[in-house]
Amino acid sequence: MFAYYFQLGLRSLRRNPVLTALMVMAIGFGVAASMITYSVFRAVSGNPIPDKSAQLYTALVDNRGPQYNDQGEPPEALSYTDATALIKAHKAAHQTLFYEVAPSVLPEGSQSVPFTANGYATNADFFGMFEVPFEYGGAWHAGDDDGRAAVAVISHELNQQLFGGADSVGREVMLDRHAYRIVGVTAHWDPQPRFYDLFSGNGFADPVQLYVPFNRAIDMQIDTAGRNNCGGIPSYGVGREGWLHGECVWIPVWVELPTRADAEHYREFLTGYAAEQRRAGRFNWAPNVRLRDVANWLEQERVVPPESRISLMVALGFFVICLVNTIGLLLAKFMRRAPEIGVRRALGAPRREIYQQFLIEAGTVGLAGGVLGLLLTAIGILGVGLIFDPGIARLAHLDLSLVALTLLVAIVATVLAAFYPTWRAAQVQPAWQLKSN
Amino acid sequence: MTLHPMIAALRRHKAGVVLIALQIALTLAIVCNAVFIIGQRIQRVNRPTGLDESNLFLVSQQWVGAPSGDDPASVDKLDSMQQADLAALRSLPDVASVAPINSLPLLNSSWNGSVALQPGKDLRAGNARTTYYFSDEQVLSTLGLHLVAGRAFTAADVQHQAMHDQRGPSIVIMTKALADKLFPKGDALGKVIYLNGDAAPTTIVGLVERMQVPGVGSWTNSFTWNATLAPTRLNANFSRYAIRAKPGRLAAAMHAATPALYATNPMRVLDDDSVKSFADIRAEAYRADVGMAILMGVVCLILLAVTAAGIVGLTSFWVGQRHRQIGVRRALGARKVDILHYFQMENLVIASVGAVIGLLLAIGLNLLLMKHFEMDRLPVIYVLTGIVVVLALGQGAVFVPARRASNVPPVTATRAV
Repeated sequence: MFAYYFQLGLRSLRRNPVLTALMVMAIGFGVAASMITYSVFRAVSGNPIPDKSAQLYTALVDNRGPQYNDQGEPPEALSYTDATALIKAHKAAHQTLFYEVAPSVLPEGSQSVPFTANGYATNADFFGMFEVPFEYGGAWHAGDDDGRAAVAVISHELNQQLFGGADSVGREVMLDRHAYRIVGVTAHWDPQPRFYDLFSGNGFADPVQLYVPFNRAIDMQIDTAGRNNCGGIPSYGVGREGWLHGECVWIPVWVELPTRADAEHYREFLTGYAAEQRRAGRFNWAPNVRLRDVANWLEQERVVPPESRISLMVALGFFVICLVNTIGLLLAKFMRRAPEIGVRRALGAPRREIYQQFLIEAGTVGLAGGVLGLLLTAIGILGVGLIFDPGIARLAHLDLSLVALTLLVAIVATVLAAFYPTWRAAQVQPAWQLKSN
Repeated sequence: MTLHPMIAALRRHKAGVVLIALQIALTLAIVCNAVFIIGQRIQRVNRPTGLDESNLFLVSQQWVGAPSGDDPASVDKLDSMQQADLAALRSLPDVASVAPINSLPLLNSSWNGSVALQPGKDLRAGNARTTYYFSDEQVLSTLGLHLVAGRAFTAADVQHQAMHDQRGPSIVIMTKALADKLFPKGDALGKVIYLNGDAAPTTIVGLVERMQVPGVGSWTNSFTWNATLAPTRLNANFSRYAIRAKPGRLAAAMHAATPALYATNPMRVLDDDSVKSFADIRAEAYRADVGMAILMGVVCLILLAVTAAGIVGLTSFWVGQRHRQIGVRRALGARKVDILHYFQMENLVIASVGAVIGLLLAIGLNLLLMKHFEMDRLPVIYVLTGIVVVLALGQGAVFVPARRASNVPPVTATRAV
């Protein structure tokens, strides 16, 4: 019976072409608007490191005092003094610190044109903690951090650009005219959002191209290319040394704490650290520290742009209106066929059959709307770059799951919308219909 | 025409009435808020930066292998490299003036701090936050800033210092907005202030009418017009130059900038992104706002079309259902116009009910947006206009089926079906 009703449904699409076209278009536009905005929302609100998001924490210490804080929150990164102290304390299973660098890269060859590459000055733990995949070689060793070695890890993309994709481990790369020995080439790695560097607003930035040891970068006086937040505090010292050892924050610190108990211990350690600074006279306020895991940090930093949420909300509202519209039109479409229903019922069809027939017919309308919606979604995703920031727009794409979801949502929503009109159709009194004819 | 028979008739079509009213209500709620969002975004995008934006462009470049230390020799070397660039750019035939600068309004890179009336104080909470622009004596003419009081910087005022050197300037020019916050009596000129909680005094020598901060995010809302200009060239391994081309020579000047800099010193990074017209900077800064306005506009248009289509569909169905009754009315003496008015009136009643519900929904949605998305309160005028629009939309949509109804011949009354 299903196949037969489905066929009837397809036929009835042609019976009231205007009414049907209105419904199909309403469903198509509604579902497309929802899916386009959802594809963006899905991309920006995803978990960038699903298997470890509950074990990675960013550590924050208030180094300025309550009068400089927004709603009591400590600054979103650490000063050089605090960051290096936490790394040195070594109280977590793994710990990393980093700052953004943008050195010039000079490719080999006499005719080469220098370009700027973006990267991080960090330590060896970074790669294991954030599960950076390697194509060739690997991370540098902890000894290279202490030894301030001139080594570098470059990305798959930079390796492609500089060495044509060959295994470049052991070769040299010129950064700001200083040679660095390549120890590893990462595979393509681009977690979105880039949870670990929200401080510099790099949540949706282009993929990182290189990594150099933190200690080396400090020695070479490579300036941060990321955010440097001095937050209005009175100045300390003079020159670069003064700035480095002052209270400007510019270094995010992350720690890996496998269990809840570890996290509790680390929190106590952080509080203890702040208390110690207070005793030493550096802070004159009660310890104010935070330990935030990935999900909590994404939430705190509001990484999902308000545009994405508002547009998703508006699109869903739009879809609801389209469905209300569909209920009305289906009601009109079904009730026009009251005489036909009367005849079927008089000939012995139970109500169940009427329900089946009309719900399946609604399903075919939903399917047609879904197909139209799919087309519009595909077109819309191409145009997402016009509406959202390019860094975010490149994340939205039409994959198999979105195709399936589009069709499923269109059909399920239409069938749900058809319940009331179908119920009305099943209530048709055969006797009354036959008499009036 | 009395409403009584109409309402009695509507009672027999409860479902259709509820659906149309609901659709109108939801449409009104969404369209009001969407149009409000569009209006706000457009207002934001159209606010002037205080600059003369035409014929202005920016060059951002990085030296390869420049000294990175902050010892005097390195800083002097960096400064001489910057001066050489400035001289090369200023000698270009299509260039009117050039100023080194750390950032520009709408450019997403800023240096922010605070201004206080006493040494060692921080007035961040008192709305005296400011952004700093570090530049030289050509800054006013290059950016096209409008000096309203005091004087411009002279070449003798201009200092240079390393990026992380925290010495403040001894004189500054600031925006009128910031000066009025610090000195509400309007006597800021010549007064002494203290920057970033510093102990060293700084004198205000000039006021400019308006200049926006670089950031456009909501975090800058409290100090959007608080800018301070310092007569300082910042020395680092990168630099930015704001360049004013001679009128109508923007493209030529932009084209000439890169070769001129390479001729001065080829060891630098200068790529396609390095030379940007201010129009492009503006477009990039407000991309999300313009995109949001377009999206909301498209959604509104489709939404109104869908709602109109829904009304046409349901009313057509009613007309079909009441074919015979219409014939009877006509046979009993009703004129065509009576039938037309009947359907128009019916729609008006339903749409009005929908509009009242929609009014409440629109306010509710606005409250929700205010709570979660830093939206402002929806002005009543938007809702009132919205009501007029949906009522007009209903009347427009009902006209075609209503006219068809009015054309039903009286003879229909005598036919069986």
